[in-house]
Amino acid sequence: MLKKRTNIRMSGLGGQGVVTSAHVMAMAANKDGKFSISNPFFGAEKRMAPAESYCRIGPERIYDRGELVFPDIIMVFHPQVITLQKSYTAPFYSGIKKDGLLIINSNSDLLNDEDKEHLRELNVAVYTFDGTALALEIAGTELASNMAMIGAVTGISKVVTMEAVDLAIQERFGKKYVASGGTATLDEAIKKKFAKKEQLLQKNMATIKKSYELASAWAESRKLAAV
Amino acid sequence: MANELSETQKSQIGKQNKKGQTYTDPNHLFFKAPRTAAFYTGSEVIKEAIRRASVDVMVAYPITPQSEAAALIGELYAEGYVADYMRGESEFAVMGQCAGAAFGGARVFTTTAGPGTMRAMENFPMWVGSRLPIQMIVTCRGINSPLSIQPDTLEMYFLLGTGMLMWHAETAQDFFDWMLMGYIVSEQPDVHLPLALCCDGFFVTHTKDTVMLTPPEMCLPPYDPYRSPVVCMDMESPPVRMMRDPFIMKSNYISYMTHASWQEETRAACERSRKHTIPLIGGLIETENVDAEILIVASGTAVSQGREAIRLLEDEGIRVGLVKVKSLRPFPFEELREATKNAKHIFVPEFNVIGWLATELKAALPDNHRIIAGPHVAGGMTMPAEVIVRKNSDLSGVFGYYAAGVS
Repeated sequence: MLKKRTNIRMSGLGGQGVVTSAHVMAMAANKDGKFSISNPFFGAEKRMAPAESYCRIGPERIYDRGELVFPDIIMVFHPQVITLQKSYTAPFYSGIKKDGLLIINSNSDLLNDEDKEHLRELNVAVYTFDGTALALEIAGTELASNMAMIGAVTGISKVVTMEAVDLAIQERFGKKYVASGGTATLDEAIKKKFAKKEQLLQKNMATIKKSYELASAWAESRKLAAV
Repeated sequence: MANELSETQKSQIGKQNKKGQTYTDPNHLFFKAPRTAAFYTGSEVIKEAIRRASVDVMVAYPITPQSEAAALIGELYAEGYVADYMRGESEFAVMGQCAGAAFGGARVFTTTAGPGTMRAMENFPMWVGSRLPIQMIVTCRGINSPLSIQPDTLEMYFLLGTGMLMWHAETAQDFFDWMLMGYIVSEQPDVHLPLALCCDGFFVTHTKDTVMLTPPEMCLPPYDPYRSPVVCMDMESPPVRMMRDPFIMKSNYISYMTHASWQEETRAACERSRKHTIPLIGGLIETENVDAEILIVASGTAVSQGREAIRLLEDEGIRVGLVKVKSLRPFPFEELREATKNAKHIFVPEFNVIGWLATELKAALPDNHRIIAGPHVAGGMTMPAEVIVRKNSDLSGVFGYYAAGVS
């Protein structure tokens, strides 16, 4: 039997930390004692090109991998995912499950009437917030937008605990981490922004926490149940 | 005897290498040593296996999606876990350089994928004929145009005929274990063949998953080049003698006979690897509920998608069994005949457009009308479990990805 699983599809652009976000969420779930798998999907590594990653979390061993065709949660990291169709499915919300959740990082409403009607029929909750502004405000860099997105999805869904997110962030940014060339360059760029690694960890967590609080309050006001 | 070590290797057990790792009896390392859980990407797992594999030489060429593994092993070299490391100027050069290192008596490792594998192809039958026990990781990404860097196992089809041992890992755990076990099998004197250890790129290499690792302070005993069944770099003996001055140029009966018999021998060596492989990786196939009338037979991550499909079908009251094909060369003829004897319908999902596993099965199994090739996804498309389920409920037709997957 297939036990309850939370499937998260993250759509964004190369350089935004979409892959990192899925890895952090999966690592956090792992630290919570759940089963999880994360995997990315992208073409040649290129800034602003579509990049997606997928995180699956559940109470039993997960075999499924690859592009998430039927997600419970979709996270849109950049307006161009919607406005320029920079996602691997069209429309970007294709396949979203009934009672699903859509999180959009944007300072304006990007959905047209047709989108809204479709999402309403499926009873999909839509949370639009300016994660990049939040990242700039708290961490002082738009490179922390992905942290705001992690805070938002955790705040609404409670699919992982904040303690586990903290541990995962420490593991990802606290130790030497070897990634592909593009990711390594971005890691170096953000480390230069923060004099010390501790400061990077602290700013990342502060961004996540603030976003978590805002998203939790939004979910409570809408009486949304955690997954 | 299966998986014996040479006296030289046995004399190393318990001793330490320059990194302070202890050369450990392989059976102890694989089956008795304590394991700890790590949450790693497949590329990180490749690094951890190589850390424990006492590798002498790695030659790297950073084709996507193997770049992280190649770079990570560069780190190991910097730390002193790999004796030598170099970057080749092309995939073809890499495989030639690997051959050179192996001819010289080194334990050799390299990684490749997709078009790079195709470019290097000429070298693989040469490795086989020269009996070089090189381990080559193939993180499959497809080979066709338009370009894809996502998992597509088309290059494996071309490797099937090279004479290399070929295993297809489903998960990063398979990869970790089989990399270490692979050297033990490859280096047996009665085998002594290269191993193409394949996995589906991205779905294994870039995916974070839980893997149980052996202690980092234990490693494989070093390679003993005197176990080679052919003389090392002797220009007057086979196989180098044949490459330097091919008998075939002399066009006489002896020359053809030599060539033909050596090809027979390398294929026989591949078959002889069974007795070493079976106790290590737990059989050339793995089965679940093969008394069911419907079976899914697959290799690589198509097995994983099959497992998910079986869960979904169970919810619909349909019982489906599973056969995971771990080794493609040698091909598990007898095991597959036995495992599929009760099946009325055999589905073969694959991550490539041609369905080479189904073709292999159709040649191997009686009543091959039972075999339903597919679903096939290609070019890096995902195979959602739902697509396999739809294929199962549609015994007659071919179901495309779009028809079933996106609705």
